[in-house]
Amino acid sequence: MLKLGVPSKGRLMDKTFDWFGARGVGLKRTGSEREYAGAVEGVEGCELHLLSAGEIPAALADGRIHLGVTGTDLVREKIAGWEQRIEELEPLGFGQANLVIAVPAFWADVDTLDDLDAAAAAFRASHGHRLRIATKYHRLIREFLRQNGVADYALVDSQGATEGTVKNETAEAIADITSSGETLRANHLKILADGLVHRSQATLFRSRKAEWSAEDRATLATLKGVLGI
Amino acid sequence: MLKDVPREEVTRLIGLFEAAGAVRVGADVLQPADTLLDLYGEEIRARAYVTHDPLRGELMLRPDFTVPVVQAHMAQGQEPARYCYAGTVFRMQEADTGRPSEFEQVGFELFDRGDRARADAEVFSLMSQCLEGRGLRAAIGDIGLLSAAVAGLSTSEKRRAALMRHLWRPRRFRALLDRFGGRSAVPASRAALLARMESEAAEKVLSGAGVAIGKRRADEVLARMATLQADAAEPPIPEAELGLLDDLLGVRASPTDALEHLRDLAVDMPALTPALDNFAARLDALADAGIDLATLAFEGSFGRTLLEYYDGFVFGFFAPERPDLPAVASGGRYDALCRVLGQGREIPAVGAVIRPALLAEIGEAG
Repeated sequence: MLKLGVPSKGRLMDKTFDWFGARGVGLKRTGSEREYAGAVEGVEGCELHLLSAGEIPAALADGRIHLGVTGTDLVREKIAGWEQRIEELEPLGFGQANLVIAVPAFWADVDTLDDLDAAAAAFRASHGHRLRIATKYHRLIREFLRQNGVADYALVDSQGATEGTVKNETAEAIADITSSGETLRANHLKILADGLVHRSQATLFRSRKAEWSAEDRATLATLKGVLGI
Repeated sequence: MLKDVPREEVTRLIGLFEAAGAVRVGADVLQPADTLLDLYGEEIRARAYVTHDPLRGELMLRPDFTVPVVQAHMAQGQEPARYCYAGTVFRMQEADTGRPSEFEQVGFELFDRGDRARADAEVFSLMSQCLEGRGLRAAIGDIGLLSAAVAGLSTSEKRRAALMRHLWRPRRFRALLDRFGGRSAVPASRAALLARMESEAAEKVLSGAGVAIGKRRADEVLARMATLQADAAEPPIPEAELGLLDDLLGVRASPTDALEHLRDLAVDMPALTPALDNFAARLDALADAGIDLATLAFEGSFGRTLLEYYDGFVFGFFAPERPDLPAVASGGRYDALCRVLGQGREIPAVGAVIRPALLAEIGEAG
């Protein structure tokens, strides 16, 4: 049985259902609202698994599901060497968000990563600790800053309301997902000119690690045909 | 699966190190993360395993023995001192390279305020003796030459400090050098800011930029704006000096040929001369210790991407038939790291580690 993992709630679930529905594949919950069971209509041999969006990358990487819908940001953040374990099949055109690095807008002297690095060095010298960047995307940000040669920073974990950390003085800068930049502006923050770390969107992924029987392969071919991908 | 520790190699190496006067020391597997993070920065998280202790906070599985050995030495404090150790170190592999994430290291560290060239040669020749007959090739470098060349650039102190800070990040170092040398353009936003500052007071530019929030205060922003203005007035680093630095970084030759070539370069940059004298003294000390200099390969960039942040002599022993393997042994001088750990105290140190499992893997004579 080909297992398709889809976010279990919210806009991401609704839009995923819409996307598949518009292409003739009916995804739906079975049982009550509280039950995470579902069905796939229109393609034989395929079953729906409703999972938390954050768990889908690991489920794909371990091969517990064959296909899954989640954000490209989560796959890159959670799975080291993700390309070896997961393949991108099709971007779904929703859930777009940019992972960016933002600093207080009043930092007139800082507009690039180069500036951020220099400011971090000076900050560490005068405050005695590294310049803190609040984020939940630790791996992506660390790798991005390493590639761009930014030093003397510390990542501090923030699982929510990240934009508020600067005002609260628990961080000096942030790295977070934004779609319009509105929340950043409202919190007196600006995005660095070269601070775009990743452009994310909801994407249909295929697990390379799952067991692919001949039947599963056939089902995938049928599904792709129906979806037109 | 239980891994095979090459016990015979470990015993043999420890025996040789002890015979060379080293006291055997141990170290906790769990090391306080903050010390390592302050030394190596956030990048260490990609290399070391971090775990959490309910009482002691963040801890790391030791990625090497350097920090605990230096700390043990500072507590003990007699000099000169020689230490050796053997144990597992842990290195996280973020990409699937097939390299082990835990392996045995056997090491030797020498703390000596006396003749540095002689101390460098002592450690190198001890390693060389330990590895004899295994068909390994040694590469050497000298970060001291590189920092002398940076210190000799005719540019502002701030620019030299910025370059020095990124000595161990080759890409960043190159980008800074290109900018300071006028090889790359000033970023548009920087140019715009500088243009505004010509006609407007910095305070006005700042207040127009937004509400002051966070721990980095307005005076710090103003201070850096002034720095940027001063930097913009700085003439580019002369092309000849950039060429000289490229030349130094690109040298690959026998140490004797390299020395001769670098002496030629020093005619145009006299600041190199003291570092070259150190380099020459080290070569003499190595020859005195019985090392055949013709068997060594000098590389101008060697040691710039190692975790350890060596700042003087650096070396590695490699299996020429096995380019897939990392260095079987590596080491160098790390005075600056000790200065940070000793909070300004000067503790000259040079050391090296051998990976016995690699030695066992390549077998006799390659």
